[in-house]
Amino acid sequence: MNWPATVVFVCLFLFITILGFISARWRAGDLNHLHEWGLGGRRFGSWITWFLIGGDLYTAYTFVAVPALIFGAGALGFFALPYTILVYPLAFAVLPRLWVVAREHNYVTAADFIRGRFDSPWLALALALTGIVATMPYIALQLVGIQVVIGGLGFPTHGFIGDLPLLIAFGILAAYTYTSGLRAPAMIAVVKDLLIYITVLALIVVVPLKMGGFGQIFAAIPRAKVLLPAPSNGNLGMMSYYASLALGSALALMLYPHATTAVLSANGPETLRRNCVFLPAYSLMLGLIALLGYVAYAAGIARLPDLAPYFAQYKAQFALPGLLLHFFPSWFVGVGFSAVAIGALVPAAIMSIAAANLFTRNVYREFVHRTCSPERETQMAKLMSLVVKFGALLFVVFLPLNYAIQLQLLGGILILQTLPAIIAGLYSRWFDASSLLLGWAAGLAWGIWAAHATAFQKSVYAVHLGHFVVPGYIGLYALVINLVVATLSAGLLRAVGKSADNAAAVGN
Amino acid sequence: MTPPSVRPLGWLQIVLLGVPCVAVIIPPLFNRIDPTLWGVPFFYWWQMLWVPLSGLFIGIAHKTWTIQNREGTR
Repeated sequence: MNWPATVVFVCLFLFITILGFISARWRAGDLNHLHEWGLGGRRFGSWITWFLIGGDLYTAYTFVAVPALIFGAGALGFFALPYTILVYPLAFAVLPRLWVVAREHNYVTAADFIRGRFDSPWLALALALTGIVATMPYIALQLVGIQVVIGGLGFPTHGFIGDLPLLIAFGILAAYTYTSGLRAPAMIAVVKDLLIYITVLALIVVVPLKMGGFGQIFAAIPRAKVLLPAPSNGNLGMMSYYASLALGSALALMLYPHATTAVLSANGPETLRRNCVFLPAYSLMLGLIALLGYVAYAAGIARLPDLAPYFAQYKAQFALPGLLLHFFPSWFVGVGFSAVAIGALVPAAIMSIAAANLFTRNVYREFVHRTCSPERETQMAKLMSLVVKFGALLFVVFLPLNYAIQLQLLGGILILQTLPAIIAGLYSRWFDASSLLLGWAAGLAWGIWAAHATAFQKSVYAVHLGHFVVPGYIGLYALVINLVVATLSAGLLRAVGKSADNAAAVGN
Repeated sequence: MTPPSVRPLGWLQIVLLGVPCVAVIIPPLFNRIDPTLWGVPFFYWWQMLWVPLSGLFIGIAHKTWTIQNREGTR
């Protein structure tokens, strides 16, 4: 048991708990309305939006999984960097437009927008359910991040006692999300970022210095790991896989419900545009964290007797916690570990709020209780945020860890299939609800089949084009199928005169 | 009339936003060890370099778009 680290960890945790509860009164609004509880009243300025979106997208799982990928898979794992570079130009082009439409009609979710734009509750339902299903394992992975650092503090990790610290963390998270809504993660995100920046800067300065610089570190990595293997015999191999992973993940990121929630809570389109200029600052941090995977590899910490049991249990995921434990005094380990744990609570709160918004708006109010009052609607969302988190907790406690990772991988493939509806809704008159629904179903079906063919272990599928073999991200290929099916069936409907012209949302 | 805050982007902005995307999505362009920078292989520092550069390009796209809009509404 690492006492100094545990004390620091618990103190920081208490601090953000108090912050979470006070935040209900921050820029107070009537928390009986869904856009107040679930979107912070759409009043977050540039700074808070920067922290909130940063806290939302760069999750604890990122801090644990990205170095783990590099540690295990080498250069391929670095796709996380181009992925976050691609996100912001795309976001700059699309999101301000979505914000304006959403504000105009008081939309709280992306599915709300689809409901209004295409006048189809069923397409909206498809989007809402896809969003909820994709979000659940994502929350579960945040809890896994907490589990890894709690294990690293030396707590027992098996049986009921082993789950107890996680249950407590989860209870705190549930309570302040319930009372304060989106204001809680927005405020805590500021603390989380400070802790993360301190930890990463310390790691990236101190550890390479102790090991004789990056030249030494990269010299210790096998050459085959440092670069992507060159294409051979017309097989593009890792090259096309790397690019498709980056592009597919970038497209998927903005479609996740928690991203929509953070985006819609900004106070205007200019706030979002400014944020696209400055959010890449987080990606710099991400790149440094990724390199820490190599640092851990070169330091050989997986073979050290005191850390080997952790690596046996958590595999490569212990790369970053292991570096902290090996190179830093205990009290700083507490700071670093709480950065990861708090970094898990922020997105987990936003994700559960986003999933709750989706359920309440696009399932409950649409299909169960059409005439419900705003108070009733908000109450429902608050309860759902608890249900969603509880579901994620059951995942972590009762299913093997691998399930959560595999489901999250599947979640990315699923969420990508909501892209055509959103983009068509914003920019095109060609599509109608039934064609988009058909495309969604086709993309989903193929995506799940292709993932199943790898036994849900990988997200790669090799397409054969003449003499070429082009391995790529399943989600991206499924999206192509989705788009082709939707476009063709929309054309077919037009040809038989069944489809009315569909005015685009804004600006046409 | 479309409010100025949602005017579509022009060609200039689309090109500006496209440059950082192209720079990092074609791995054969940067899948090399040399030249290294402070011991870090080209593959890694090239992509890291594009993080601040992408911010710069998006910033220029934003500025030019704002200026064009202002002229358009006069």
